Amino acid sequence: MSAVIVITPRDNVATALEPLTTGRTIDAGGVAVTVRESIASGHKIALQRIPAGGAVVKYGSPIGTAIIDIEAGAHVHTHNVASGRGRGDLPARGAP
Amino acid sequence: MSTRPGFEGYRRPDGRVGVRNHVLIVPTVVCSAVVTERIAAAVPNGVALPHLAGCGQLGPDMQMTHDTLAAYCRHPNVGAVLVVALGCEQVVAQMLAESARQAGKPSAIVSIQGEGGTPKAIAKGQAIAADLARGLERDTREWFGAEELILSLKCGGSDYTSGLAANPALGRVADRLNALGGATVLGEIAEIMGAEHLLAARATQPEVAGRLLRVIQRVESEAQALGLDIRGTQPSPGNIRGGLTTIEEKSLGATHKAGEESPLTDVVPYAARIARRGLTVMDTPGLDVESVTGMVGGGAQVVVFTTGLGTPTGNPIAPVIKITGNARTAQTMADNTDLDVSGILSHTETIDASADRLFAEILAVCSGKLTSAERLGHREFAIHRRNPTI
Repeated sequence: MSAVIVITPRDNVATALEPLTTGRTIDAGGVAVTVRESIASGHKIALQRIPAGGAVVKYGSPIGTAIIDIEAGAHVHTHNVASGRGRGDLPARGAP
Repeated sequence: MSTRPGFEGYRRPDGRVGVRNHVLIVPTVVCSAVVTERIAAAVPNGVALPHLAGCGQLGPDMQMTHDTLAAYCRHPNVGAVLVVALGCEQVVAQMLAESARQAGKPSAIVSIQGEGGTPKAIAKGQAIAADLARGLERDTREWFGAEELILSLKCGGSDYTSGLAANPALGRVADRLNALGGATVLGEIAEIMGAEHLLAARATQPEVAGRLLRVIQRVESEAQALGLDIRGTQPSPGNIRGGLTTIEEKSLGATHKAGEESPLTDVVPYAARIARRGLTVMDTPGLDVESVTGMVGGGAQVVVFTTGLGTPTGNPIAPVIKITGNARTAQTMADNTDLDVSGILSHTETIDASADRLFAEILAVCSGKLTSAERLGHREFAIHRRNPTI
């Protein structure tokens, strides 16, 4: 059983199926990725560098935007990804 | 007996088919809720429908409460109805009883003020409900094809396994049921946000896709009107601990339970009658109990509820089947779980094999097998409110 699952080839993140420890190199759908920080089971790992402002893609669709540069092997979660939907806390789109 | 997939249910006078045969004891208003529970406790197959509304409501909010209660009175899983009124409330007992009568069900009314207080209303109500229950003893189950089913698709307490295992397995079942000529219903508009493009592409008419997008836009603008980030509730704190980062991610996983192929044939208001085969989207909130309450009100006879973290939610009149793709939850929440599909993630079972087991379980439950929620007495019921109480 693989340590992570990559759902579609378009995805730039994988989901950990077991706890991932720092420094370990895992096979993510044929791509070797070195784990940069410990990642809990069920959480996501970046398969490639995602620059700030870039789309985070899972299930082949965007699930949010990187708010800082995310390096390959990093934990991808609420600390570095923002949702684009239901954001009443932000100024309305198109507003000055 | 046919080799087609089917179940043993109850034919109703209005042509619909039920999978349970309850005597439903309905309070018109919160004030009569306790009396309904006392009556139901004394009657075989009696279920109460306690709720918190029925007065102090205006306009569309009042209408939604009335329509939801009336929908339960007409529901095919209900064999007979006793309405318990206080006597001075807004919801009109006669109109609820009439809804049951129009569907061909015996019905009666007890008024607490009319009987002269709680003990007398309970005594009168128990006597009437016992008569109604005796009338239902003559009913027998007969065989029906699976196409008679409206299956409610629900997920809650989601974690990363939901979108990878339980929801895809349910999605295969939804596609099979719709292909047989049955119907499915998906609620929780907030949890379609971010995945609406996938459902809109399956709409049978551009007008249906347009209605879906308008409903989603309304829910999103409600969060925006509050000036708040929807992440305060979507994903929930437990979802985030489980690894879900954004509502888009949660929605993409959640929408898997509506299948990959079924046509989107309709978009309906809360608790409104599901009238078309194929996939219907219902305008319900994401709160589990309000969502299930609405979809069952729409006519779903059975609910499949996928969960990652485990959850107890049931319904007063419809069986709720719990399935999980999380092996740990299947153990720790075994009492609340009906089906374990964690083999999908450990590669010991295919999604199709899990779907086969789930379809068989749905048909067994529709033929009378009790779910864990039914055995544990889970009968959660909450009517969605559009406005604050006046």
